[in-house]
Amino acid sequence: MSRTTSPPRAQTPAAKTAVEPQPDGVQSGSAAGASPASSVDDVLARAQTGDHHAFAQLYALHKRRVYSLCLRMVNNVAEAEDLTQEAFLQLHRKIATFRGDSAFSTWLHRMAVNVVLMHLRKKGLQLTSLDEAMEPTHDDGPGRSFGAPDLSLTGSIDRLALERAIGDLPAGYRLIFVLHDIEGYEHNEIASMLDCSIGNSKSQLHKARLKLRDALRTASRKDGRK
Amino acid sequence: MTNKPGDMSCEEFQAQLADLIGSGEDISQHPHLMQCPRCRALLADLQTIAEAARQLLPAEPPEDDLWDRIESAIQSEEGSDSKP
Repeated sequence: MSRTTSPPRAQTPAAKTAVEPQPDGVQSGSAAGASPASSVDDVLARAQTGDHHAFAQLYALHKRRVYSLCLRMVNNVAEAEDLTQEAFLQLHRKIATFRGDSAFSTWLHRMAVNVVLMHLRKKGLQLTSLDEAMEPTHDDGPGRSFGAPDLSLTGSIDRLALERAIGDLPAGYRLIFVLHDIEGYEHNEIASMLDCSIGNSKSQLHKARLKLRDALRTASRKDGRK
Repeated sequence: MTNKPGDMSCEEFQAQLADLIGSGEDISQHPHLMQCPRCRALLADLQTIAEAARQLLPAEPPEDDLWDRIESAIQSEEGSDSKP
């Protein structure tokens, strides 16, 4: 018989009390007094033993952040969905090997990053020669700030404008910006993941931010003219 | 002729900026920044962008049918694993 589970809609009220999926995967407090952390640990432990319903709950808890990571790295909805699927398939294959050396979410997100990097390598992004792959042409390089006075950003940035500008970054810039500034990876971790130097990671992140600054200031000028 | 940090041109300072920021140290008291409003503004913008990125929430969730696809793929893998 075919087994189907629908997270999170199929959750019983009791299950919802124990594990309440949040939009960003953050655990909620429990009105029933049970420790949410222990409830999530219980779900994880059950998923590790092959409990399909528990795995569905893990998906409900983490789908948004994993999908978001994939979407921001590839800037394509269909690819992001495929990569999210692959990440959770890998999770299903490997979940029994999770030993708790790091937080489960950290472990899962690293797995998702690796899935995306593998995908990008297959697509031909040369992660081993980032400078060459990501070096912008002279014409579209991120602007430095010499010469005439600049229009500075005002200290608050429109979220949608920033999302759009990130999506418009060249793939290599976007990759490092998402990993460092959004996902919080350190340069040494990024260098290890991408097989590049730490200096290269710092340099590309800086160029990505400069390019975003250009894009945001351009958007700001356009808005100002409206 | 000495080339003190405060005597740097903007171009020289900005050529070092990736490393200075990447060092993780507070560079707000760098001699060039103390005397250059343009580079101070640049640094402030870059810090604003990094801070805004840290505060970005996850994107919208995936389509509901994605779980159906994942579940189907899991069942397919388990089915092939159980075959002799």
